[in-house]
Amino acid sequence: MSRALINVPAKAKRGEVIAIKTLISHKMETGFRYTNMGVPIPREIITAFVATYNGEEIFRADLHPAIAANPFITFHTVATESGAIEFKWTGDNGYSATEQAKITVE
Amino acid sequence: MIPEHEGKGGGLATRRDVLKVAGALAVGGAMPAITVRPAAATPAAMQAAIAKLIGDAKLNVGRVKLEIPPLVENGNTVPCAVAVDSPMTPTDHVKAIHVFNEKNPQPNVISARLGPRAGRASISTRIRLSDTQTVVAIAEMSDGSFWSDSVSVFITLGACLEDLI
Repeated sequence: MSRALINVPAKAKRGEVIAIKTLISHKMETGFRYTNMGVPIPREIITAFVATYNGEEIFRADLHPAIAANPFITFHTVATESGAIEFKWTGDNGYSATEQAKITVE
Repeated sequence: MIPEHEGKGGGLATRRDVLKVAGALAVGGAMPAITVRPAAATPAAMQAAIAKLIGDAKLNVGRVKLEIPPLVENGNTVPCAVAVDSPMTPTDHVKAIHVFNEKNPQPNVISARLGPRAGRASISTRIRLSDTQTVVAIAEMSDGSFWSDSVSVFITLGACLEDLI
């Protein structure tokens, strides 16, 4: 299981635009590299990242091999209500990881 | 007696000959790794990928700010931030932000979808760049227009050139 780091402000004012930072450990093997025996190393990357805020999708990204190892993605959202923001990464070979962050909106 | 000192006349391989053969083998062994490397995407491939995205629409320059350091030492992790000038209201917002490159094996880098819920059209990530090249960011607006910004980046050590495993 990959380790994920999420940075979401614990508290926010209603209507405030908040920054969300996410980082997940993943080697993001491009599929364009070879071993020293000339054998291609198969691609193994995270292909999609989705963030949902109390079940509503707020951000989605399609990733390609040109994303660096340990994908780091930041984006913004409007703090509408207290609840949970859920993050999901999916990738090659059935890879899937989820993480959750709580936010209190005043 | 130690035969190595006898040289070529002795019928035994000299230390020098053995090293020569070993060197030739090493070069031969490394060749496939170099020659079968896929051809890099060309600026034309990037243009094709952009054309596929925007179709017949016009690609305007402006409103988008792509931030990448102009001089990068290590192409394996290049900080890349895209910000789009947009009020992000339900009637006028950024639908998607796409990043393309010229010379990596594939032209696509990332496609992010956002909406009025984002509040601010600003994303950042870390990307790989294989060579000195131009990177293009395109914003897809809710009214169907496309805006772009491009940055040329000088890479000292490209991605994919690290030691073979």
